[in-house]
Amino acid sequence: MKPINEMKMSFESRSCNESFARSSVAAFIAVLDPNVEELSDIKTAVSEAVTNCIVHGYKENIGKVYIHVKIFEGARIQISIKDKGCGISDVKKAMEPLYTSCENGERAGLGFSIMESFMDKLKVRSKPGKGTSVTLEKSIVSKGK
Amino acid sequence: MPVEIDIDEKSVTAYISGEIDHHNAAGLRSKIDEAVENAYPEVLILDFGGVTFMDSSGIGLVMGRYKLMKNLSGKVFVENAPRQIKKVLRMAGIEKMLSEKSGKEVLV
Repeated sequence: MKPINEMKMSFESRSCNESFARSSVAAFIAVLDPNVEELSDIKTAVSEAVTNCIVHGYKENIGKVYIHVKIFEGARIQISIKDKGCGISDVKKAMEPLYTSCENGERAGLGFSIMESFMDKLKVRSKPGKGTSVTLEKSIVSKGK
Repeated sequence: MPVEIDIDEKSVTAYISGEIDHHNAAGLRSKIDEAVENAYPEVLILDFGGVTFMDSSGIGLVMGRYKLMKNLSGKVFVENAPRQIKKVLRMAGIEKMLSEKSGKEVLV
């Protein structure tokens, strides 16, 4: 299916770009007239995925984070967030609630749980040494209500 | 990441405003911990009234302060969290983790 609108962006994996990333996605989808809750759900999920790229994908290194947003007929949004970092060897384990590979960073281990419950669909693909790609989907149903 | 801290006899209150994410959680954490380590309060109140966005970094922040206050035999309360912030906090079951405070509507 062909999207009716799409946007691509990339930026360096610096933590100061987390806010830029979620705000940019929110601005792009604003035309669909989401309500406060839908917009906040999407911003939160994007923030989790981007933070994963920065904290886990690239760790101390600086690499590029790629975001591709597609809007389909019926106000369905697909957001893909990718890094070319270290990858995840055990995706299933990484997605377990409360699991975190950070031992002293006060990470809650709930990033994937939040993406899963705040969005309609979550798909994670990863290859160790190659990178990770997270695809999030949500339909805007509120039309601003 | 602005945070205003009020210290009285028994409690430290941190009035947090703006956005809580991975980028600004560290600064927030060190300001709150500094106040707690100076004042040794019985209660730490995290007031989320001014928070406009929060991801799971905010959960890490609350859980970390919970551990800190537990070590001091104290308690942590979360107050005034807006609806969307509560939704994130609920992911961690934080309302169950924090103990009840009497006479005041506090928890998530």
